[in-house]
Amino acid sequence: MAVAARRSAAPLVAVTIGLLIGVPIVVVLRYLGSETNGLWSHLASTVLPRYLRNTLWLVLGVSLLASLLGVSTAWLVTVCRFPGRSAFRWLLLLPLAVPSYLSAYAYTDLLQFSGPVQSALREAFGWGPREYWFPAVRSLGGAIVVLSLCLYPYVYLAARAAFVEQSVCTLEAGRTLGLNRWQTFRRLGLPLARPSIAAGLSLVLMETLAEFGAVQYFAVDTFATGIYRTFTLPNEYALVAASQLSACLLALVVLLLVLEQAARRAARFHHTSTRYRAQTTWELGGAASLGAMLACLFPVVFGFGVPFVLFLHKSWVYGDARARELFFEYGTNSFQVAALASLLAVFLAFSLAYSLRLRPTPLARAAARLAGVGYAIPGGVIAIGILVTLTWIDRRVSTASELLLGASTGLLLTGSLVAVVYGYQTRFLAVSLQLLQAGLSRIRPTLDEAGRTLGATPLQVLWRVHTPLLRSTLLAAGILVFVDVIKELPATLILRPFGYETLAVRVYQLASDERLSEASTGALGILMLGMVPVVFLARTLDRRRPGQSLDDLSE
Amino acid sequence: MATERAAAGDGLVLERVSHAFASVTALDDVSLTVEAGEVHCLLGPSGSGKSTLLRLVAGLDSLQSGRIEIGGATVADSQSDEPPEKRATGFVFQDYALFPHLDVAGNIGFGMKAAVAQRSEATAELLERIGLSDFAGAMPHTLSGGQQQRVALARALARGPRIMLMDEPFSGLDSSLRDEVRGRTLELLRQEGVATLLVTHSPEEALAVGDRISVLVGGKLLQTGSPLDVYAEPLSRDVGTIFGPLNSLVGQRAEGGVETACGVYDRAELPDASRFEVLVRPEALEIVAPEGPSRGIDGRVQSVVHAGPTVTVRVATEDGTSLLVSELTPTRWRSEDAVRVVLRSTARASILPLSGA
Repeated sequence: MAVAARRSAAPLVAVTIGLLIGVPIVVVLRYLGSETNGLWSHLASTVLPRYLRNTLWLVLGVSLLASLLGVSTAWLVTVCRFPGRSAFRWLLLLPLAVPSYLSAYAYTDLLQFSGPVQSALREAFGWGPREYWFPAVRSLGGAIVVLSLCLYPYVYLAARAAFVEQSVCTLEAGRTLGLNRWQTFRRLGLPLARPSIAAGLSLVLMETLAEFGAVQYFAVDTFATGIYRTFTLPNEYALVAASQLSACLLALVVLLLVLEQAARRAARFHHTSTRYRAQTTWELGGAASLGAMLACLFPVVFGFGVPFVLFLHKSWVYGDARARELFFEYGTNSFQVAALASLLAVFLAFSLAYSLRLRPTPLARAAARLAGVGYAIPGGVIAIGILVTLTWIDRRVSTASELLLGASTGLLLTGSLVAVVYGYQTRFLAVSLQLLQAGLSRIRPTLDEAGRTLGATPLQVLWRVHTPLLRSTLLAAGILVFVDVIKELPATLILRPFGYETLAVRVYQLASDERLSEASTGALGILMLGMVPVVFLARTLDRRRPGQSLDDLSE
Repeated sequence: MATERAAAGDGLVLERVSHAFASVTALDDVSLTVEAGEVHCLLGPSGSGKSTLLRLVAGLDSLQSGRIEIGGATVADSQSDEPPEKRATGFVFQDYALFPHLDVAGNIGFGMKAAVAQRSEATAELLERIGLSDFAGAMPHTLSGGQQQRVALARALARGPRIMLMDEPFSGLDSSLRDEVRGRTLELLRQEGVATLLVTHSPEEALAVGDRISVLVGGKLLQTGSPLDVYAEPLSRDVGTIFGPLNSLVGQRAEGGVETACGVYDRAELPDASRFEVLVRPEALEIVAPEGPSRGIDGRVQSVVHAGPTVTVRVATEDGTSLLVSELTPTRWRSEDAVRVVLRSTARASILPLSGA
């Protein structure tokens, strides 16, 4: 029976990449029981309860508000007909382009005491300071609103996909059984879409847990900001304590991932009918139309319009005094590091996805899952993991070189671009991996086999068949990672080489110094770059219709 | 066995090949040879393991047990397992698997080993042979099904394979087109002198194109033989019914053959038994008028079904069973006619020993 099994390097490639990407995450957990010389117990008794409380309230508030915004707008644009409906379908995606910290800066600027809104009110009504009540922007409540406005598109996307795919038959059956429109939504549409909505919501929750820039600016202490603050403490155990905080946060994330997996499993049972027809639309009357338009307009205007117009105006009027450096030095840095990271991410993800296609062994699949988990983990946590890993390597290398050459190499990796690029891989590989896995799965396996029987090795098949077929997917994967890197803040702050400034870092620093007018130029740049993937997304959404043949390979 | 292997020196030899997916047996101890220039049809229902067999020969799946030899050299056994790109096999896939990003010439040239200059010459020659010279620059999705099939064939031939493996290569074609494409394809393959293993689930196709047919059911090779052999003298009822209806007669050992109620079937060599089941095709029987000296089973015509050139007459016999008789159109028999069914003198039949006799 025993037969020489054909050897393949594929599982080894998959496992190597998975481990490389996953190590920083695992490393964070290693410090759970370590001694911190009292720092941990000090943190636990002073700030930890506050971190926990704020984080939980934030998560709760954002999930409620984001679900409300996302589900209601998704239902409106899918099922109802009102003026502007098709434009709203993609306009509602625009807030995805706005990193939450930029939104936080914009609203603080507008709504603070000296801002235009409060000044106008005082002038109009002749109020003096402290004679009126105005909600504080820089508060937990403000953070909830700002984050919800930035993150609801994840729920919107998931809910809309679910509503579009819902078999019309089911909904029409509901109508014939005596349900009115509203009851159809409540008793059929919503329950059927719930698994998808839960999946979208879990993305929102992960982003909320990972959120750094906005809550930091609003001075709301959460785990994510706490990790950064602890890390910057002048204490020799700072790194250990920060990683212990990270481990706590990681536990929350793992819990969320488990819930999300459960939701996805449930989603599998839902498509009972394979026959899709265009949703019958519900023509709205005048007042209802207006209501629907306002409901869709609200998140677009406040999630995207206000920050965009504000930064546009400010950079027009004031701008960054160092705009020249901004665009030449920081812009170049941003571009350089994002290009490096996205090329590497596409390369690693393509290798991993193809290895998995060649040999989907359980171990290789586990490796892919490990490599993809980083997207759910806050940049700060990943940064700590990277620092711990690279510091360990640096020390070993330095010791070895002192022994052999008599000179220390210092911080060879930790102080270089390697650290920050590595961090981006761990954080964002999932983005490119998901796209490429989906792309590969659309290529019929017989094409691989045809290539092999025509004398091509697996690597030649990858180069001669898959690469040309996936050209646009590879490009999309690269662009998505590129833009995510441009926007990323906490990992960049912690991992960048000393004095290495990117657009995001520059904007963050100016904003932290209350120099928002100057920050506006960089902010506008980030915002416009962020719109690139949104356009991509809107286009693919329009192209992908249920029932449409996937065989349009001639694109 | 030994003589067969010597004859198949340039072709394909499979020896005791078994294969399982998880715990499901796909192939069970299959041995098979395909000689150079031969078109060998592998016939079986879906799930019978025929595609697995093809994939093992191509090296697309790893061999688990047995031995595969191509052109006199072992490509897979317990010691070695060459990857598909090292094997001299061409593969035509059921969905043709043309590369959608390459034009026709690019597809055909994909696997050529020659230098670029000679490649275009060879491509042009192949294009001419499949009658698609004007389509060198066409993209696959602009071609008709028949054209795509020809490109897939030319692409597989371009490497000069010793073995051509074809997985349901004609199943995607309209029935009006199928006969013509099939004829051209086989002509080309016979010219090339390659050993062709063609997988099909259609018995008509196997009978029409195969020099020999192997019947695979449930991973077991039930019979290999010429189209006439497997059709008219199946080794078992399972094999026989694949190709159409059979009549079962009971026979006794007699002088120089088997005696049945419909007459004596002549055959020198008989299995070791005294009673037999005699399986005959409807066209091996003949209907005559019930009066007269001929030996046969009397009955009544139950139904008459027309199928163009032939007519199938079902006769209910006196013992409660029924017999199917095929006659050329037009037939003179009508429903309710009293008739007698006799064995034609040219009949061929399967003689299976009846147990418990």
